[in-house]
Amino acid sequence: MRIAIVDESPARASVIQEGLAELDDCEIFVLSGRDRLLAQIGEIAPDIVLMDLGNPSRDVLEEYFAVSRVLDRPIAMFVDESDEESIAASVEAGVSAYVVDGLAASRIRSLLDLAVRRFRAFARLQADLAEARGRLAEREAVDKAKRILMDSRGLPEPEAYAELRRTAMNQGRRIADIAEALITAHELMGRT
Amino acid sequence: MKTEMNIGFLPLVDACLPILAQEHGFAEEQGLTLRLVKDVSWATVLDRLLYGHSDAAHLVAPLAIATTLGRGRPAQPLSVPFVLGLNGNAITMRPELAARVSPAGRLGDPAIVGAALAEIALARAAAGNPMRFGVVHRYSSHNYMMRYWLAACGIRPDKDVEIATVPPPFCADALAAGEVDAICVGEPWNSVAVERGAGVIVLATAQLWRRGVEKVLAFRESVMEQQRGSVEALILALRKAGAHFVDPDNWEANAAILARKEYLDGDARLIKRAISDRLLLAQGQETVHFPDFMFQYREAANFPWVSQAQWFYTQMVRWDGLEFDPAEAQKAAQVFRPDVYRSALAGTGEPLPGASSKVEGSLSGPLAVSMQQGDMVMTNNRFFDGLVFDPEDLPGYLAKLP
Repeated sequence: MRIAIVDESPARASVIQEGLAELDDCEIFVLSGRDRLLAQIGEIAPDIVLMDLGNPSRDVLEEYFAVSRVLDRPIAMFVDESDEESIAASVEAGVSAYVVDGLAASRIRSLLDLAVRRFRAFARLQADLAEARGRLAEREAVDKAKRILMDSRGLPEPEAYAELRRTAMNQGRRIADIAEALITAHELMGRT
Repeated sequence: MKTEMNIGFLPLVDACLPILAQEHGFAEEQGLTLRLVKDVSWATVLDRLLYGHSDAAHLVAPLAIATTLGRGRPAQPLSVPFVLGLNGNAITMRPELAARVSPAGRLGDPAIVGAALAEIALARAAAGNPMRFGVVHRYSSHNYMMRYWLAACGIRPDKDVEIATVPPPFCADALAAGEVDAICVGEPWNSVAVERGAGVIVLATAQLWRRGVEKVLAFRESVMEQQRGSVEALILALRKAGAHFVDPDNWEANAAILARKEYLDGDARLIKRAISDRLLLAQGQETVHFPDFMFQYREAANFPWVSQAQWFYTQMVRWDGLEFDPAEAQKAAQVFRPDVYRSALAGTGEPLPGASSKVEGSLSGPLAVSMQQGDMVMTNNRFFDGLVFDPEDLPGYLAKLP
C-alpha cells in the first residue's frame, strides 16, 4: 500500500511517518512543500493520502482528485457513512484522509486509527512545549519584577520576592500576574 | 436556546459580519457569544461544520448547494438562512496581460476586455499553450462568475483555457510565478497582488453580475432546526453588524478590527479600501471608487432569494457536464431559506420582500418592490451581457447560454 503524507510541518510529518512504519507492506512518501504537489502525487500514485486539516492546499488537492484524469483510479474523501465515527475522530485530531476507490475498509480503518493516534500525540507534544514556554516567560517576568522592586525600593532579593508573594496572596492572584502588572505599571511610568 | 455558537470562517474581508457582530456587542444584545473559528481551506471549514466543530460557517454559496446535492462527497443537507454579502471579488491579471486587454487607470467594460482577452486566449490555445486562470474553489461564485464571463466572450472554459483552484493566500505568488495568467479572488488578496506588483485589477465581479451572491451563512439543516431560536437571534445580530459595516464613520475602526491577527491577520489599509468600495488597480495609481464593489446590507442584500440558489444550480449543470434534473434543482432551491430569515426579522423595522424568488438581472434602474414589511427600492441587478434569469424556466435559461 502506498501512503502519501502531505503536511507543511516536517516535524509532524515525521512523527506520523514513524507511527505508520510499523504497518506491514506500506510504502510511505512525505510531501512537505507546495511546489509540484500535484505532479508529485501523480507520480507516487498513492492508495491513501493523509493531509492535515490546516493545510491551505486541501481545496487544490480535492479538486485534483475530483477532476484529474492523470490518476488512473478515482480518489475520494474517506466518507463511507458506516465510518462516521472514524471520520469524526480524524477531524477531531486534525487529519483528513483520501482513499483510492476499492481499498478494503478494514485496512483503511486501522491505518486511519494509527494516523489519528499520531496526530493526537503530536498535538500533545506541542501543547507541552507551549506550556513549557509559558512557564519560562512567567519566570522571566517574576525575575524582572523582582529587579524593579530591588532597584526602586532598595530591597534585597528575598524581600522583593516576599513582597510579590504577599501581594499575590492578598489579592488572590498568581505571582506571575502581579509581576506582569508591576512591569506594565513601571513601563507606563516611563521607567524601563 | 444555545447561547454560544462556533462560526467557521476563512480570513477574507467578507467574513466581516459575524466578526463585527461579536466585536461590537450585537451578538451579546441577542444573548449570544460567537466564537470565530479560523481555517485556511474551504474543505476544512466544511468538515468542521459537518462534524459539529462549528454550528455555522462562512461559506462560498455554491459549496453549500454542492454539499446538499452530494457533489464530491456523500450528500449532507445544508441550509442558508442568511446571505453574508454580494460580490466583493475581482479579476486580477499579470501586469503585461492587463496592459493588453484593459484600459489603464480604470475598470474596463467586461465585454470589451473579454473580446481582447479572447483573441489572446484563442491564439494561445491554438499554439498549444493555453492560458490558465485561478479561482479559489471549484464550487465558488468566483469559478462560476469567471466561467460565465469567459463563455459569454467566446472563450470556452476547460477547452480554450484551463481553470484551476488556487488558495487565496497563494494567488499573488501564482501570478508572480506565472503559474496563472489571471485570478478571481476576494479581498484583500487582489490588493495584496497589486501591492506586490504581481497583478493589476482588471474587473470587479460586480461588473459581471451587479447583484451576485457571494458568501453565505450555512448550517447543517438538522442543526438549524434544533437551534432555531439561536439561529434567529444570530440573524438579528448580523443585520445590526451589516448596518454598522456600511456606515462610513465606522470604516476605519472596522478595518482595524478585521486586520487583527485572530481574524484576517492582514493590512488594515487594504481592508479599508475594500469596505469603502475603493480599489487600487495597479501600483503607482490613485484608488478608484466602484460603488457596490461589496454589498453587505442595502436592498435586503442578506435575504436568501431562492432564485439565487437556482442560478448556481444552472451553472453547476452547465460546467459539471450533468443533465438538468428537476428533483436536484428542487433540492438546490431549498438550500436557501427565506422563511427563516423572515421569521427572524418579522416585527422589526427590517425590510422583508413579499416574494421568495425573483427574476435575476432584469433591472437596470430603480424599482419599488412589493414588501411583506417595510419599503424597499431595488436597483441595477444586471448581468453584463444583458441575459435575464427566470427561475420559472431553468431549462429555457440553460438553452440560451453559450
